[in-house]
Amino acid sequence: MNDNADVPIPSIVLRTEHLSRSVNGRLIVDDVSFEVNQGDILAVVGPSGAGKSSLLRLLNRLDEPTSGTYFVEGREYRDFAPRELRRRVGMVMQSAYLFPASVADNLRFGPRQRGENLSDAVVSDLVAEVGLPDFASRSVDNLSGGEAQRVSLARALANSPAVLLADEPTSALDEEAKRGIERLVVNIVRQHGLTCIIVTHDTAQAGRVATRVLVMDAGKLKRIGPTQEVLSAEHT
Amino acid sequence: MQNTLSSRLMLGLAQAGIAAAASMVVVLFARRRNIHLESELFIALVRGIAQIVAVGSVLVLLLHGPRWTSGIILAGMMLAAASTSSRRARMPGAFQVSLYAIFAGAGSVIALMTFARVIDSAITALVPVGSMLVANAMNTNSLALNRFKADVQSHVGQIESALALGAGAEQTVTPYVEASFRASLIPAIDSLRSLGIVWIPGLMAGMVLSGAPPLYSAIYQFVVLAMIFAASGLTSLISTTLIRKHAFSAAEQLVLRPELPAH
Repeated sequence: MNDNADVPIPSIVLRTEHLSRSVNGRLIVDDVSFEVNQGDILAVVGPSGAGKSSLLRLLNRLDEPTSGTYFVEGREYRDFAPRELRRRVGMVMQSAYLFPASVADNLRFGPRQRGENLSDAVVSDLVAEVGLPDFASRSVDNLSGGEAQRVSLARALANSPAVLLADEPTSALDEEAKRGIERLVVNIVRQHGLTCIIVTHDTAQAGRVATRVLVMDAGKLKRIGPTQEVLSAEHT
Repeated sequence: MQNTLSSRLMLGLAQAGIAAAASMVVVLFARRRNIHLESELFIALVRGIAQIVAVGSVLVLLLHGPRWTSGIILAGMMLAAASTSSRRARMPGAFQVSLYAIFAGAGSVIALMTFARVIDSAITALVPVGSMLVANAMNTNSLALNRFKADVQSHVGQIESALALGAGAEQTVTPYVEASFRASLIPAIDSLRSLGIVWIPGLMAGMVLSGAPPLYSAIYQFVVLAMIFAASGLTSLISTTLIRKHAFSAAEQLVLRPELPAH
């Protein structure tokens, strides 16, 4: 037995061990083990129904694993209160799902859950960071798809997460908005020293944004490694 | 005397048959739109007539019984109401929530009004009037639970987005709790609002037919509708408050959602 296996290495921000989830007797995530280091952008790719989004939902604890476990910054997920875990592991969904209020109110939502009120200056910085300066007081009703997704990203960042999960955040966007979000994610991860797991069905997108790629198929981890190495192996 | 009773029974059955036929017309229209209600309505009609005749027979037997028996009858009705309402809602915890809500909502209003002598404590008055409160509380409860379920299931993305940002589970469904409560009370409010203009309720008509002064009958009908509103409102308030936690697991995961295929 290797004692070191149970001791989390500091640079590993997220580690899964034999993570599985079954629904109605069918394994939708099947014995998935991997690690993500700080600063990594890990793209999870695979065909439709491969279990990519299901894996991400487990990591935000929107669903419960049926077996296996995972660690965030060395702590097992069950050691966190669900709300605290979700703050540490932020998530951007496929659709922005903004609350019907101003952009600023949306950004303040997360911190307000634990009694913090973001100052106007912090809100301005966040909207500027996602490329929407002067948008703070605007209503979310008239935002374009790309703008809404940028606000959704800023809203997740307002919680100061250690890990950012993004579930096909560009799938509903046009090519220009898609490239904009890709650049934004890369910049934000670098500037904040975040760790990011992005689900995409688009291997070209994985090639543009990811430092590492994880390929899933039928709920199983098929391959994981540096981006070019994995994508080359997938194409041969 | 015997002849009068049997001829009245025959008349009642004939009237029931004609009224049921009118319901079947709706089924025929629905069928033309490919909405099939035949078996559901047939079972409801047969159950309805059998149950009301059974209750009528029990009432005849209990007319001269001790007053506390009306408490048992009403408790039985509330239990049946909770069961009916929860079967309609088909969601986790629905029976328990319906039971608590109807007992606390309708039960407390019946008890309070009987204590205040607004409802006569004689079995012949307490059971029929109480049953009106229970039936309306049941309908309101069903409307509230169904609306809540439909709203939550159609806003899964919004709810899970709020959860993902660290929001408390019950807080994420607050807008749908409020909407359900409001929507469930629309029939009770409309009944009060349109009283005497759109409809003259059966209780008032019955009282007038049995010789009560029309003005007192009219006022007492308002009293009954106000009690119905109180019982229904309280039931809905309790059920929508209690049902929230059943939409989530212990780890604050939304469980009341349509099962989606894995991606």
